[in-house]
Amino acid sequence: MKLALHYREIEGKSTGFWILLGGLGLLIGLAMGSVLHMEHAGHHVTGMNNQIVWGLPHVFAIFLIVAASGALNVASIGTVFGRSLYKPLARLSGLLAIALLLGGLLVLVLDLGHPDRLIIAMTYYNFKSIFAWNIILYNGFLVLTIVYIWFMMERKMNRYYRTAGFFAFIWRLILTTGTGSIFGFLVAREAYDAALLAPMFVIMSFSFGLAAFILVLMAAYNWTQRPLGDLILFRLKNLLGVFVASVLYFVVVYHLTNLYATEHHAVERFILLEGGIFTGLFWIVQIGLGSLLPLAMLYHPTIGKSRPAIATAAALVIIGGFAQLYVLLIGGQAYPLEMFPGYEVSSSFFDGVVSSYSPSIWEIALGVGGVAIALLIVIIAIRVLRFLPETLEDEVVDPHAAAKVG
Amino acid sequence: MSNDVSNQMNTSRRTFLAKAGTTAGAAVVAPGVFLTTPAAARPADEPVDIERRWGILIDTAKCDDCSDCVTACETENGWGSANPVEEESSPEQQAQWIRKVGLKNKSTGHVLSLPLMCQHCETAPCVDVCPTGASFKRADGIVLVDKHICIGCRYCMMACPYKARSFIHETLTDQKPWAPRGKGTVESCTMCVHRVDEGKTPACVEACTAENHNAMFFGDLNDETSVISQELEKHGGEQIRADLQLNTGVRYRGI
Amino acid sequence: MRHTTVMRAVLRSLLAMLLALPLAAFGDGALPFSELSMSEPQRHFSATQECVQPEEEMRRNHMEYILHQRDATVHRGIRTRTYALEECINCHATRDDETGEFVRADDPRHFCAACHTYASVKIDCFQCHADVPVRDPSLNTGNNSVPNDETHGLAAELQQMLAAEGKP
Repeated sequence: MKLALHYREIEGKSTGFWILLGGLGLLIGLAMGSVLHMEHAGHHVTGMNNQIVWGLPHVFAIFLIVAASGALNVASIGTVFGRSLYKPLARLSGLLAIALLLGGLLVLVLDLGHPDRLIIAMTYYNFKSIFAWNIILYNGFLVLTIVYIWFMMERKMNRYYRTAGFFAFIWRLILTTGTGSIFGFLVAREAYDAALLAPMFVIMSFSFGLAAFILVLMAAYNWTQRPLGDLILFRLKNLLGVFVASVLYFVVVYHLTNLYATEHHAVERFILLEGGIFTGLFWIVQIGLGSLLPLAMLYHPTIGKSRPAIATAAALVIIGGFAQLYVLLIGGQAYPLEMFPGYEVSSSFFDGVVSSYSPSIWEIALGVGGVAIALLIVIIAIRVLRFLPETLEDEVVDPHAAAKVG
Repeated sequence: MSNDVSNQMNTSRRTFLAKAGTTAGAAVVAPGVFLTTPAAARPADEPVDIERRWGILIDTAKCDDCSDCVTACETENGWGSANPVEEESSPEQQAQWIRKVGLKNKSTGHVLSLPLMCQHCETAPCVDVCPTGASFKRADGIVLVDKHICIGCRYCMMACPYKARSFIHETLTDQKPWAPRGKGTVESCTMCVHRVDEGKTPACVEACTAENHNAMFFGDLNDETSVISQELEKHGGEQIRADLQLNTGVRYRGI
Repeated sequence: MRHTTVMRAVLRSLLAMLLALPLAAFGDGALPFSELSMSEPQRHFSATQECVQPEEEMRRNHMEYILHQRDATVHRGIRTRTYALEECINCHATRDDETGEFVRADDPRHFCAACHTYASVKIDCFQCHADVPVRDPSLNTGNNSVPNDETHGLAAELQQMLAAEGKP
């Protein structure tokens, strides 16, 4: 008997479900409390200052936004590139993209000096600012993805879903280019001001988004006791390996190019050798734990087929991604501005010295709260609406391939 | 008889000499009066225009360990040690509109110091990146923050090549009415726009001149007859980070 | 059918009683909010100078004048004194009866706070702006305006008045 592809809400009745919701709710509550404190007292309670202008909240926010755009990749591969194996995953992919983006935007907006003036940011636009463009791109992405999911879910509009998917795909490439350009357009700092940053962010989005998707998929199916076949899971994990390798390629090109130019030797020396925590994070966490180890695990003939290993590899990719953004964002600010080449510089405003940053508990709470909001949105949505296929076993996903094997 | 005549001639010679001397003196002093008088204040109800472009020239050779400019700015605008209102913020979080930078050339050992503030660039990166347009350049070249629409995103601080901008990390009180500043917004040197609009000079330049260091000049860069333009033409003036080609309004001699 | 009609009537009367409950607390039938009174803001006008617009106009539209003036001043460098926030504060500044000090913006007796606390409309002007008059003798605020600016003497008049009172 052929099993049909059938989407169904999760039950959401078990104790574990409510504990999970409660835990996420608690994290969100702590985050909101932190925001109230930061807004009332002012940013002096945080570890951010006039030298390290953007801190941990921005690392979390940029990660979530980049991962959001990449999470839609799975749906795009099915819709735009016609790979039928990925089509059952499209709804969850769109949902995760929206959830991660909302989490990231919330963190970003709540860290503003004047979050009460958000309406000004929505109405006064300086169109030369890539930041202003990003505001338009993020909102447009939300709308497009919601429309895309709607078309996939509703029978009447179903024939238009490919158009929606195509526009969502193009839009998110522009969005991630815009996010990378936030740094790429800055001439002031040695670690930024590189055209490579925009495409690097696009590739990073592929990697982080897919890693997040794999983890959410495995958790959702494991904890609701729904079957998840090897066929689809192995396809996803191999794809993740490709993306991790691609990010590694961009990182290598970025650093090699900088190492070739004498004027960039100082900042490279800082990141790669003498930067203390930044050097440690770069080599051990970003390259080692976040790129090389997951690659080895994912492509190993036996380890790569074990589910705990796949989940661990995906988690490592995410941790490596955080480290990569931390080194880029915070390391890039910690290194002093090169205003007087060839001179030793000193001043009362900490010119010429490497700045240090220690995140406060408020910033950590805010960042974690953003992740919690994203997960909460996903959980509530799959409980209330039909995002998850009832089963993703091999026979249902691709009857032909399963028949060949079995 | 001849005495009378010579007396008369002596008197008229004296008068002549007195008159001539006065006229000559006036002729000598008058150009100085015109040259050192700053541009007449624009009427209060007239908007700024692009005819003028305000600039500052700093002669680093005359600049030593003194920080009179910094103290004057603190007193005028209500920040820093002259106005201890940012007590909760750490030193790295406290605002600084202007600071003295000490430089030592690594190969020659040459030592110099200079004051560094917002450079009021013609194509300012901070103006480009501000999402709301709060960071803007006035028609007369002064780069300002409109704190009414600043949302405190600090992107301009990331973008500034001179680290000229500061973020206010705590609630402030007792601000000067002519220099409003508050929590959650970004600020930087305003070239004392409230003084400039009344025909005066920025506090830093005034203090430097008052103490007879004469290391700072202020004036209209578009006016060829202004002191600053003439100084620039005679001795030149460099931009910090000139490779960025931002065409700053603040120039330095001796870097 | 009859049951639902009866049910509906019962529910409606219950709702009416619930809504009337707070009113019942005021036995004489007065509305609840009539007990509250708005503190009168100080009007510190000089003998020759009233407020720059009639009171009713200011009550309704003062924010329009403020918003327009701030854009004119910040972006276009227009520094006429008529609608300048500093002049509003200079004129409407309230003193504490006992200490003689100026009342600050977080005190409900402050001119702006008096109405804004009652109306529960939060203003963030004084996060940045000085909330009391501050006099800098070297700055000729107000003396620089064109002759047809009728109120250029406001600041000067205040200075004279304060000097006459012997206050610094």
